[in-house]
Amino acid sequence: MKRLSGACAFIEALRCEGVKHVFGFPGGAVLDIFDAIMDAPDIEFILTRHEQGAVHAADGYARSSGKVGVCLVTSGPGATNTVTGIATAYMDSIPVVIFTGQVPTHLIGNDAFQEADIVGITRPCTKHNYLVKDIADLARVIKEAFYIARTGRSGPVLVDLPKDIMKDTIAFKYPDKVELDSYCPTYKGHLGQIKRIVDLILKSNKPVIYAGGGVIHSNASEELVNFARTMQVPVTTTLMGLGAFPSGDPLSLGMLGMHGTYAANMAVTDTDCLIAIGARFDDRVTGKIDEFAPKAKIIHIDIDPTSISKNVKVDLPVVGDCKMVLQGMLSQIREQKDEIRELHDHIRPWLECIDKWKKDQPLKYSQGSAIKPQYVIEMIDKLAPDDTIISTEVGQNQMWTAQFYKFQEPRLFLTSGGLGTMGYGFPAAIGAQVAFPDRTVIDIAGDGSIQMNIQELATVVQYNLPVKVMILNNGYLGMVRQWQALFYKKRYSQTSLAVSPDYVKLAEAYGARGLRVENPGDVKDAIQQALAIKGPVFVDFVVEPEEDVYPMVPAGAPINNMLLV
Amino acid sequence: MRHVVSVLVDNQAGVLSRVIGLFSGRGFNIESLSVAPTLDPTKSKMVITTTGNEQVLEQIKKQLNKLINVVKVIDYVGKEYVEREMIMVKVKAKDETRAEVLRIADIFRAKVVDISSNSYTLALTGDKGKLEGFIEILHPIGILDFIRTGTIVIEREMHTRRKLSL
Ligand SMILES: Cc1ncc(C[n+]2csc(CCOP(=O)(O)OP(=O)(O)O)c2C)c(N)n1
Ligand SMILES: [Mg+2]
Repeated sequence: MKRLSGACAFIEALRCEGVKHVFGFPGGAVLDIFDAIMDAPDIEFILTRHEQGAVHAADGYARSSGKVGVCLVTSGPGATNTVTGIATAYMDSIPVVIFTGQVPTHLIGNDAFQEADIVGITRPCTKHNYLVKDIADLARVIKEAFYIARTGRSGPVLVDLPKDIMKDTIAFKYPDKVELDSYCPTYKGHLGQIKRIVDLILKSNKPVIYAGGGVIHSNASEELVNFARTMQVPVTTTLMGLGAFPSGDPLSLGMLGMHGTYAANMAVTDTDCLIAIGARFDDRVTGKIDEFAPKAKIIHIDIDPTSISKNVKVDLPVVGDCKMVLQGMLSQIREQKDEIRELHDHIRPWLECIDKWKKDQPLKYSQGSAIKPQYVIEMIDKLAPDDTIISTEVGQNQMWTAQFYKFQEPRLFLTSGGLGTMGYGFPAAIGAQVAFPDRTVIDIAGDGSIQMNIQELATVVQYNLPVKVMILNNGYLGMVRQWQALFYKKRYSQTSLAVSPDYVKLAEAYGARGLRVENPGDVKDAIQQALAIKGPVFVDFVVEPEEDVYPMVPAGAPINNMLLV
Repeated sequence: MRHVVSVLVDNQAGVLSRVIGLFSGRGFNIESLSVAPTLDPTKSKMVITTTGNEQVLEQIKKQLNKLINVVKVIDYVGKEYVEREMIMVKVKAKDETRAEVLRIADIFRAKVVDISSNSYTLALTGDKGKLEGFIEILHPIGILDFIRTGTIVIEREMHTRRKLSL
């Protein structure tokens, strides 16, 4: 067998995993790997301008494509710069593998130049992590890292690679399978429980499905749609679940929670049977936990046992993959035509009640002389192709996108839900554009957030990634300003962005295109123009500065306690 | 409620800190901890005593199981088990108390492991209650130094219906 250097073995291992794209940034500790990358034209390397951007890009690549995203950075500051990206992926269960360089093994622990204990630092925000101390472990560790990242409840895995290991040599052999006796996620749900779930739903009067990101991760959208339509059960989704159920469907309630729709929050408060699928009862969803779905029997389907009965006591839990459990539920109801007909009869008043909520309190905003951010999003929705991938930053821009962009399919919406990371959207859009070079990819941004990873403008220009960044420029850290307006007597402490760059000039300085829009009448043209440009574009929409996101549930209040427009 | 949980883990660098980090990161309580390799040198066993209600314990067990390096978690609540920990105490022993200390040691079946002109060092194993009783009795005499291990437990084989307490 041919002996390979650790660096070449690393590249070979990536090939064995089918990796086509790596996002990252070089440095001293990974010089050998970067040298080997020059001889691997089959693996495209995307040089971001900050390691945080590299991880978000790998994350966006993973969310949009369903494949594992890969990231490679150097030791010390390169490694610590990845932490926010890793924590972001961890909170949203995104499969990424992060390779970090490390000082040579004999220097570990010596406070060597550019040494950081990245395994220690990232222990609480990775699904698992490794320090490779022996080249004999390299192939096995990489195999396990990819396996752990994509199986079970997916998540980020970090592998720390000391420089001497990359210089060492080995007779490379990639293992055929993973042997981890202590890790075996449950995929198939318990049949008896599945039957009980179906029975409970059939007997309920006011059922609601509450679907989360798990439905998207397990590619279970089709099964969810099938089940909901057959049973005529309305569906609300979390922020992470948007797209799992088509928002155009009459059974769709939209998003629930702090900025959820009136109908969704009322339905969840009134339901007698809440079916949680791949969701985790996050506090932004439940509001005051004691008053969340107070009348309901709660069913919870999730691949992660720790999610079950963590925040809310569950009546009927099933541990398993959402797709497989839903398939089980579908085959269970195949024989129950009569019962289903009966269900349709007795839930009719419930569906009528929900329709009334929808009609009484739809999502709305009023037009004014300034551009309304919601209007920009509605126009993007209208003008962009159906398979457009949308990412967002964090804040009002994110919530308005969740509310006003009507996602019809999974994996078209990339947003930092759990961690709420400003600066996520632009690099995530880069990752999605790399995964889908021919699709339209749009980052709906805030003027605060976009500045947190704006250096990636160089990346989109260098690789000619035609990402469109639509900045909803309100001159504020808008979401924080909104809280200050509502709960701190309008004392706008440090939320005005008094100085901002000229985004048109900035984009042009990097070699991208820039547009500015100041009048509502020009919004449509500008979006069309941006979509028609073959390269990257920044569009600066100067929007109403003090527009708020509604409905809003004040923190800690029950979710039927909504501030409405 | 007090729970004794044993955790079988891979005997590798960093595994202990994964477990401990989980407890501190999630706000779980650790009362005592003991760790050592098992007969299979690739595995270690940790025994953790912790407190919490049923829901907290459920989370602790699930979260532990979720760690990749955790092979098995056993909660001893509701099980019959033998529990031991060990203490070593250095007690003042001068003149009139010298005999008294030995008498107490004898009653508790503690061993004298070191001696000086004005102190005895005693070692005692037993369950939590016994050790605490021992300390309480010695306290008025004067404890100079004191060290205590974490709890270890082993499940009883139930040959008879009676609970043996040896
Ligand atoms: C890295 C980071 N820092 C701080 C916050 C807190 N935060 C949440 S929303 C927000 C304002 C975002 O402003 P902008 O990007 O302009 O979006 P807008 O709300 O105005 O649409 C801030 C500061 C955060 N989510 N992430
Ligand atoms: Mg803003």
